[in-house]
Amino acid sequence: MNNTYLILGIAVMAIVTYLIRVTPMVLIRKKIKNKWIKSFLYYVPYTVLSAMTFPAVLYSTSSFVSAAAGSLVAIVLAYTKRSLLTVAVCAAFTAFIMQIIM
Amino acid sequence: MRKQEFLQGIKDGLPIALGYFSVSMAFGLTVALSGLPIWSAVLISMTNLTSAGQFAGVNILLALGALTELALTTLIINLRYFLMSLSMSQRVEEKMNIWKRMIFSFAITDEVFAVSMQHKGILTSSYMAGLVLTPPIGWTLGTLTGAVLTSFMPPVLSSSMGIALYAMFIAIVIPPARENKNVMIASLMAALMSVIFYYAPILKSISSGWSIIIITLAVSAAMAFFFPIADEEEGQNE
Repeated sequence: MNNTYLILGIAVMAIVTYLIRVTPMVLIRKKIKNKWIKSFLYYVPYTVLSAMTFPAVLYSTSSFVSAAAGSLVAIVLAYTKRSLLTVAVCAAFTAFIMQIIM
Repeated sequence: MRKQEFLQGIKDGLPIALGYFSVSMAFGLTVALSGLPIWSAVLISMTNLTSAGQFAGVNILLALGALTELALTTLIINLRYFLMSLSMSQRVEEKMNIWKRMIFSFAITDEVFAVSMQHKGILTSSYMAGLVLTPPIGWTLGTLTGAVLTSFMPPVLSSSMGIALYAMFIAIVIPPARENKNVMIASLMAALMSVIFYYAPILKSISSGWSIIIITLAVSAAMAFFFPIADEEEGQNE
């Protein structure tokens, strides 16, 4: 593979990604009044994060069992309102321990 | 520049940067092992700042795919940032100038978006400057570290770190879902549809990037139609 292709390819990825991110932020300067659109945008963070997490989280480590154990710990800790970092570290630690003992 | 808000932004951004460091190490590791030069892995992370988009892009680059295919795949996988940017455009202070908007937009990722959405009040320039400062650094340095340390990391450690980011997503969604029935319904429906899209015949041939876009649009649209937010919820979101 030559470097010209590699650099061109990386540039294409970077430009496409940036245009997606910058367009709404720069073009939409007014607050949206429409109730449906406001409701729609209110729900987006929760739907997009939930869709990304399940079922992908169950395949995020090298074994299903360790991922499931980590997920369970994450859900319980999140339900008791622990901080993001606590939840993330405890889930990863649980997965790590499970991988060692299984 | 308001110092208090800037520091709050830094404080909110730092856990993201730390999370990114471990995840992008996996990216740097993968790219270095696949035979691409280390500088290219670092350059990709520095200019793209995405996870799934980068992995897919590298796969296409390795197969010497056409640049149009690369562009289209990147577009589909990263299209959700359009929704996030749209959502954030409603929360940033209206007077924020175009240059600041152009700079902050670069760092709109799933995590930066999620954290900014749980920030109380409007997103000021000072807060945003602090928030977007460290995640790109963590992401780039992690990639470099992973690529360089390819042979030193015990595989069991790096593979168990993959769950950290998803755990963070869980920690973002569950507390508000516990308080608000509609958020709970929206989250459960999205998760359920995602599971169906993943395993069901025919549907599972749809790429995960597309699935996430379709599910996000469909569930959010349906929820907005059947359960439009009341004024007090709206206040919570602003």
